[in-house]
This record gives sequence, structure tokens and C-alpha cells, in this order.
Amino acid sequence: MTFAFDERLDGVLSLVDRNALITEIKALVPELELLHQEEDLRPFECDGLAAYRNLPMLVVLPETVEQVQQLMKICHVRGVPVVTRGAGTGLSGGALPLTQGVLLVMSRFTRILAIDPAARVARVQPGVRNLAISEAAAPFGLYYAPDPSSQIACSIGGNVAENAGGVHCLKYGLTVHNVLCAEVVTAEGECMTLGSQALDAPGLDLLALFHGSEGMLGVITEITVKLLPRPEMAKVVMASFDDIAKAGRAVGDIIATGIVPGGLEMMDKLAIQAAENFIHAGYPVEAEAILLCELDGIAADVHTDCQRVRDVLKAAGATDIQLARDDAERARFWAGRKAAFPAVGRLSPDYYCMDGTIPRRELPSVLRSIAELAAEYRLRVANVFHAGDGNMHPLILFDASEGDQLQRAEALGARILELCVAAGGSITGEHGVGREKINQMCVQFNPAEITAFHAVKHAFDEYGLLNPGKNIPTLARCAEYGRMHIHHGALPFPELERF
Amino acid sequence: MRMDALSPLNNQADDYAQNYAEMLCRQVRDARANRSPLQINGGGSKAFYGRRVAGTPLDTTGYRGIVRYDPVELVVTVRAGTPLRELEAELKAHGQMLSCEPPSFGGSATVGGMVACGLSGPRRPWAGAVRDLVLGMRVIGGEGQLLRFGGEVMKNVAGFDVSRLMVGAQGVLGVLLEVSFKVLPRPQACACLRLEMPLDHALEQLTLWGREPLPLSAACHDGSALHIRLEGGEGSVAATVKRLGGERDNEHYWTALNNHDLPFFADPRPLWRLSLPAATPPLALDGEWLIDWAGMQRWLKSDAEPHVIRDAALRVGGHASCFAAGQGEPFTPLAPVLLQHQRRLKAQLDPARIFNPGRLYAEL
Ligand SMILES: Cc1cc2nc3c(=O)[nH]c(=O)nc-3n(C[C@H](O)[C@H](O)[C@H](O)COP(=O)(O)OP(=O)(O)OC[C@H]3O[C@@H](n4cnc5c(N)ncnc54)[C@H](O)[C@@H]3O)c2cc1C
Repeated sequence: MTFAFDERLDGVLSLVDRNALITEIKALVPELELLHQEEDLRPFECDGLAAYRNLPMLVVLPETVEQVQQLMKICHVRGVPVVTRGAGTGLSGGALPLTQGVLLVMSRFTRILAIDPAARVARVQPGVRNLAISEAAAPFGLYYAPDPSSQIACSIGGNVAENAGGVHCLKYGLTVHNVLCAEVVTAEGECMTLGSQALDAPGLDLLALFHGSEGMLGVITEITVKLLPRPEMAKVVMASFDDIAKAGRAVGDIIATGIVPGGLEMMDKLAIQAAENFIHAGYPVEAEAILLCELDGIAADVHTDCQRVRDVLKAAGATDIQLARDDAERARFWAGRKAAFPAVGRLSPDYYCMDGTIPRRELPSVLRSIAELAAEYRLRVANVFHAGDGNMHPLILFDASEGDQLQRAEALGARILELCVAAGGSITGEHGVGREKINQMCVQFNPAEITAFHAVKHAFDEYGLLNPGKNIPTLARCAEYGRMHIHHGALPFPELERF
Repeated sequence: MRMDALSPLNNQADDYAQNYAEMLCRQVRDARANRSPLQINGGGSKAFYGRRVAGTPLDTTGYRGIVRYDPVELVVTVRAGTPLRELEAELKAHGQMLSCEPPSFGGSATVGGMVACGLSGPRRPWAGAVRDLVLGMRVIGGEGQLLRFGGEVMKNVAGFDVSRLMVGAQGVLGVLLEVSFKVLPRPQACACLRLEMPLDHALEQLTLWGREPLPLSAACHDGSALHIRLEGGEGSVAATVKRLGGERDNEHYWTALNNHDLPFFADPRPLWRLSLPAATPPLALDGEWLIDWAGMQRWLKSDAEPHVIRDAALRVGGHASCFAAGQGEPFTPLAPVLLQHQRRLKAQLDPARIFNPGRLYAEL
């Protein structure tokens, strides 16, 4: 399988004497909770990408920054790899444990340290759930804007490490746009402050660099996020289309009017039907595609924008346009979208979620190519996406217990990502490279760029102990993948198991 | 497989650009071979900013032109030597803008210099900084190799975000060649107000307004009055004008502030920029103040000792930089652990120390 750490392709790890390590941790950090029995390790064997599983050597659950520092120091001296884990909702195997490594679980860091309504910031520990921040800020009329669909479960530390997005990031930005400051513990166990409580900090912008760094540069131990005042009004317009390409073009038409919607999401027929069966959101199950367009802000502007968006949608050929009548209906429209992944999950024993991004203008042609590829690999694909910013989430339906379906799903996924790169886009918009897309990195970046990434990594992690085998492939891996890639399609499916 | 090399070769200008970029790469490779530092130059409009660099000039202004601009995508890709003015005019012609409102300090500013310095204008607290708009970049690395990071899409988390790291790095990590930005539609309506009130009252007022969804896009106190800019839809701007009162102000105020053309900046004393947390009360430092960014960026004309100004900013969780020569270090010294990691980063990406050595800090 793709995911097992392969020292030939991912780099050599030093041999760790597990018992000696456990003894040392117990001696030096006696209060640190440590799990090493197989049954205790089992719950940590995978993140949200459940097809990739591996037991860690041991799990630690620190409660204080000092414990994290001590652990990092021990691992640094002994050459032990460390994989950090937040809530484990990641979809790219970023928190997939290593047999030879420690899994550092940040889930005990759940305190909201301060909410400052005057400065409109919240200082929180990394294990705080995304939604919990907005809940805590609500009494002040404030909220934290980035809202990944996993927001009830995912941690803010994981959000920073992945630079998570959400349905509202078209207007309000990604995680990187909404964080002021982060405290981190380095590979050597030192504390370092990135950013500041002001809008910038002196020197190189390491805060930006840490966003999306997938636990490869340090352990995030505290975060200061910006809070925004709740918009006075939010309205959702739902438009149905009898042709997905028309819906794709309507997205560009809306943007071209000069309106920046709070969110602009699209779902195709399979996704609509799945969501409707699951949530009963009131979606038009006959439609080939729907667009959900949220307009938020000050009431006077929202009313005008709603009218303009309706006109644009009508001109773009929408067969039906509905404005959510009240907040309850609006919440229902969104609930269907936010539950789209689990809803699709009910259609099939397994699903595999892709995360490519493309320039919006390529939407119709990329959708067509995805349909063709799906037919070629004999699998169904449901499409859900952040259409406003060209972030697609094709969901490949398969049954891992059926023949070579998992391999076909992986191969189809790889082809879809390469399609995105060819269209001028990226292999990942928000879920990260993790272990899952490690090979596709070789398609998006050339060896000189991969080398530059390793140079960045080296500046923070000289011995390559932080989350090895994720995010940045070795050149050896790219060479191997390149060799296999030339023969793509000519290989019989059982062969695909090799990558 | 991927869109590669430099820009599409479809006309003479592109041919010229391609040759120019190759020439720049050669110059970097030579510098690398001789370990002889380069002073990377754009239009020179921000030569006063940062430390002096001793090195052979590397002129980026020949690498100019807009590579791709698709207003519907809200994305523009520009060569680094393009005059900022030219880019802004092109965006304006399509009803769009760089929402971070970068200062140009006189008109010779290039896009590369704007990104390398990373300075943003009055809209920054509401619309984000230069780095927030950067989607991707092509740069020349320490070996004289062409590298591309990020891209032309709104979201991209593949690999490390090296393009954002380059913003504000003042060229110490590489030569910027092309930058892709997210652009935004210009606001439908704009109104500027001037409200007579003392500073402490203005800061309190701004803190309260900050908790409401008002269409604020600039707020600066000049010592006696608070200047406000409102941007948004017709309805919200009109309603807010009515609510806040005050007198109508000229929108050129913001351009003059941004480019340091207000009379305040003519004061002969050294100019300091203090970047402070929101809701910081007035600081007791001698000199003349201009309080921008709703209090988060404060300009100070003062003869006070640099360390006195720095310490005052640090005490409240901010930092101070000096915009005038001859005051010692322009930027606040870094904590040792931060400096150590930034040095390592420099050593990794520019092992021969050829890119603007010492412009940001002596050690970088
Ligand atoms: C149903 C569903 C819907 C989703 N929807 C979205 C969506 O809309 N948008 C989106 O962006 N993502 C989405 N995701 C993906 C996932 O929720 C995000 O990537 C999230 O940011 C991961 O947070 P986590 O705490 O679960 O991190 P984990 O999965 O535990 O870890 C993710 C990565 O972050 C690193 N990491 C975690 N914590 C730290 C830390 N404290 N310091 C350093 N590194 C750390 C890990 O090493 C790993 O590489 C979805 C996932 C699911 C299951």
C-alpha cells in the first residue's frame, strides 16, 4: 500500500529502543500520560483518512507546554520521530502514526485562555475545537470566521497546521488570514513566538510559514485568533441547474458582478440526492447541480446583493431560485452542504475525498474529465465544492472489501489530482498533502522546488524527526514515482498497489 | 504536465522578459560562484527602508509586464519589475484593486519591491496585508535556479507556503520574479468623514465600532480629529454616514497618508512606525503622533532614544521600526530563538549569502 513508511523511499529512521525510551520518559516526565499497550494504541492508528492505518510505537498525552518541551528534548537527543496529532479529523493521513515514532496527542490542551472583546481576539490552546471558539465569543457578538465542515470536532491547532478553510473563506479568508500569533515548541524543545498581538511582527514571516506545515516544523502550543463581529444579516440563495456546466459558469458570473459572497458552494446530482436523503434539507433532487450562495453583511447591502445575484442566476439559466425564507431554512440549506461527506458516505461502504483546486474557469471542463475518468475506473464520483474559490471535493465511492476497488479508487484519485495540476491548479486546497498525496507532490513541484522545501524543513528540524514521510516527498520517491508514472494506464491494476 | 517555465511566449515583450529573467538567473549564479553579494533593486522608492546593503546591484525593473489577468478569476500575475502604478491602473480599468492598498512612496515603486517590503496601506486592518493577497510566486533561488511556489488559485496548501514567507523578507531569501495576487472588486460606494474628537475618545469609539459590522475601511486620528473611510454597498455607506455624522472629508487624505505626503511627515525628527495590539491606549512618548489603522499602526515623529521607543512598544505587545536613517537598527531585535531559526532559514535558502545580506538584520 502507498501509506506504509518505506525507508528506501522516505528516508532512514534511526533505530529506537522502545523500552529504554519509555523508561526515560517515565523517569524524566513522570506526570506525562503515556500509552503503550496495543489496545490503548488502537484508537490512534488513523486520522480521518481511515484507509491508512498504522499503530504508533507509543502515544503521549501531555497537559502542559513544559511536558511537550521535555518530550521533544528527549526525542531530539534519541533521534525518535514525533508525529503530532490534534483531533485526528485530517483527511490526508497527516497524523498517521509511525511504527518507529511517538504520537504526540494535543487533545488535552482544551482551554480557552482569554477572550478579549475590545481587541477582538481569543487566545486558545491548540486542542480547542474550532466551533468552541465561536461559541465562547458569541456572548460578545463576535465569532471566529474560518468554518471547516468538521468544525464541531477539529482542533484549532490542526486548523493552523493544515491552513484549514471553510465555506466562508471566500470572503473571510483561510486560517492563515485569521491568526495573529502562535506559540510553538521546536524540534529541540524550545519555545518560540510567531507573529504577535499586533498585525505584524519583525523579521521573516514564520507565522505564515507554519500555516499548512502539517506538524513538520514544530508543535503548536497556543494560538491567538482574530474575532469578527457577527454580520448583521445573512441570506442564502439556492439555485438549481439542469446542467452542471451552466452552474459552473454562473459562479464566474456572480463574481464578475463585483459581489463577494460569504460562501458560494456547489453540489452535483449524486451529492444533492445523498444530502437530501440524509438531512432533508429541501434540496431539488431532480437538479443536475445546485449552487448555494450566501450573502452577508449589513442589511441594506444584503438586500441589494440578493436581488443582483438572483438576476445573474436567472440569466445564467437557473431552473429554480429560492431565497431561504428565514434563519431556520438558511441553516437547513447549509446543513445539507455541511453534512455532504457523511451523507455520501451512506451511499457506499467507503468513500475517498479529493481536495484539488483549479481556476474557476476550468470548472466545466474538469468536471467533464472527472466524469470520463470515473467511467474508466468504473467507480461513482459525487462532487461537492467550494465553487467560489475553485476548491473541488470529488468523493469517490468504493467498497474496500470488493476486489481491487480500493486500488482503483486511489488510482482514480491520483488521476483527478493530476488533472487539477494540468488545469493550473493544486493537488490540495485545504486537506493537506499528508501521507496521501505525497506522490502527487512530485507532479506539482519539480526537484529544485522539492529541494527548497527540504531546505526549509532542515532549518527547523535538522534530523528530520518531525512527521517524517509526510507533506514533502524525497527526491528518491519522486524518481520512483516518475518511473511508474510513465507507464500509467499500461499497468494492470494489481500493479497499482505499489503506489 | 504543469504550466511551466516563465510566462507564455506569445509576443516580443514576452521574449524580452524571458531573456531578461535568464540574464538575472545568470547574474545570481555568478554571484553564487564568486560569493559576491547582490543588492536587489526595484524602483528604489523604499531604499530608505531597512539596513544598507553592500553589493552589486541587480536590477529587476527590466522584468516587467502583466503576465495574466482574468478579472473573473480575481487573480492577476505580474512580473516583479512592473511599476505598481501600472498594475493599479490596469486593475482599476476593470473595477478591481489590490485591497491591501500598498504605499508607493513616489511613483517609481515596483511590484517586487512592494512585496519584498510587505507594507500595506490604511485598509490593512479590514482587508488584510500584502501577504494575505499573495497566492503564488516565481523566484530565483540561491543557486540561480527558477522556483515556483503557490500558484494562481485561491487555495493551495501543497508544500510549505514559501511565497508568503518571501513577503516582507526584503529580498534576503531570493529574487522575486513574478507574483500572483488575489484581487478584489472596488467597493460600490465610498464616503470619507472627519469627526472632531480627542485621541482617547477616538480610540474608545473605534473599539466599540469594531464590535459592530460597520463598513469601515480606514480610521486615522491626526491629533485633533478622527478621519474615517467607509466602503461597501450604497445602502450601508449612506446609513453609516448618517449615523456617524461629522463633516465630509476628501478621499485623497488616505492617499496622502499612505504615501507619507501629509504635512505631519515633513517634521524633521526621525519617523517611527509602531505596530501595536488593538485597543492599546495612547503611549506616553515625546513627539508628534498620527494614529492609523484604528490605533494598530502609529506613526511617531520623535527625538526620543530608539531604545525608549522600542521598549514602550514591546511593553504593550507590539514593536517599533524606524523609517529614518541614522537611528541604529531599523527593526526591533528578535528573540534569540527566533533569530537562530531565521538565520538557519537564510543559510538554507541562500547558503552563499548573496541576497541583500544584512538588509533586514545584520545576521540575515
Ligand atoms: C467530515 C469532515 C469534513 C471536513 N471538512 C473540512 C473543511 O471544510 N475544510 C478543511 O480545511 N478541512 C476539512 N476537514 C479536514 C480536517 O478537519 C482539517 O484538516 C482539520 O484542520 C484537522 O484538524 P485536526 O485537529 O483534526 O488535526 P489532525 O487530523 O489531528 O492533524 C492534522 C495535521 O496537523 C498536524 N497537527 C495537529 N495539531 C498540531 C499541533 N498542535 N501542532 C503541530 N501540528 C499539528 C498533524 O501532525 C497533522 O499533520 C474535514 C474533515 C472531515 C472528517
